[in-house]
Amino acid sequence: MSLMDFFKKKSSGDIAKDRLKLLLVSDRSNCSPELMEKIKNDIIEVISKYMEIDADGLDISITQTESDSNNGSVPALYANIPIKEMHHDSKKN
Amino acid sequence: MSEVIVITSGKGGVGKTTTSANVGTGLAMLNKKVVLIDTDIGLRNLDVVLGLENRIVYNLVDVVEGNCKVSQALIKDKKYPNLFLLPSAQTRDKTSVSPEQMKKLTDELRNDFDYILLDCPAGIEQGFKNAIAGADRALVVTTPEVSAIRDADRIIGLLAANELKQTDLIINRLRMDMVKRGDMMNVEDVCEILAIPLIGVVPDDEQIVVSTNQGEPLVGSNALAGQAYMNICHRVLGEEVEFLDLDKKEGVFSKLAKIFK
Repeated sequence: MSLMDFFKKKSSGDIAKDRLKLLLVSDRSNCSPELMEKIKNDIIEVISKYMEIDADGLDISITQTESDSNNGSVPALYANIPIKEMHHDSKKN
Repeated sequence: MSEVIVITSGKGGVGKTTTSANVGTGLAMLNKKVVLIDTDIGLRNLDVVLGLENRIVYNLVDVVEGNCKVSQALIKDKKYPNLFLLPSAQTRDKTSVSPEQMKKLTDELRNDFDYILLDCPAGIEQGFKNAIAGADRALVVTTPEVSAIRDADRIIGLLAANELKQTDLIINRLRMDMVKRGDMMNVEDVCEILAIPLIGVVPDDEQIVVSTNQGEPLVGSNALAGQAYMNICHRVLGEEVEFLDLDKKEGVFSKLAKIFK
């Protein structure tokens, strides 16, 4: 192994495997981009009741997560929702 | 009891036709009566790989349309008397045949053959639907590449939806030198992702090109890919065969033998 190899983060084979795993999760879940967009808009609507969020920075995707079920992993809906400001008054409702 | 096996992959160019030719020939070498059907209508190739392109009179579409009897369209192999080819039509398209007609044909062939192998076209459209219609089991061919594996996964899903009894995986064109460098996914990676039983690993072998040039399948030869194909044939028959050590260093003796070939 050369010194250059030492500094390389990941082999291309590993990169391929990781990319494939993500790709197949969304392929298999059969989630169309339109459906994802609908889910995204509904999430924005619901969360916005309680806090001010950055709708443009919102990121949702289907990934895989560990589980105790038979195969060890199941699809999961992952959402990253940046909050701009908490609506403190909503707590009273 | 006879078995109808479809060889499929989704993506083109991963080795379906080469695999069909070699597995078919290998099974014939093991004394099974085999018919290979080229279902790639419009892009006929299996005849060339088997070296039988000059003997074609009738084809699959002729049989289905009733222009000739099945027995008239079957071409007997040059070397193995229990190996037959039913060639595809070159000047027609996939819609010339329906899944129902294919099922009827394969069921008819069950009376005369131990194994009916279908070389499936690339894609998931009509040609694919025709090829899987009468199949009991499938051999899914992939290479260790992202695009081929993605397509294989799609195919595996479609095969499951069509309730095939058994679906096994063949990993083709594996390059051990690249795997060792970490620049190619290894067998375990591919199996983990696709999650179906592995029935064979075929190394990338120059001899495959040579054998295709000559129109003689490599199966049964000493070349590593030839051995790998023969092992697949034994596994198709239900025998337990150890996987080849593809990492074997070439001995001085075999190097010498190559020089004098």
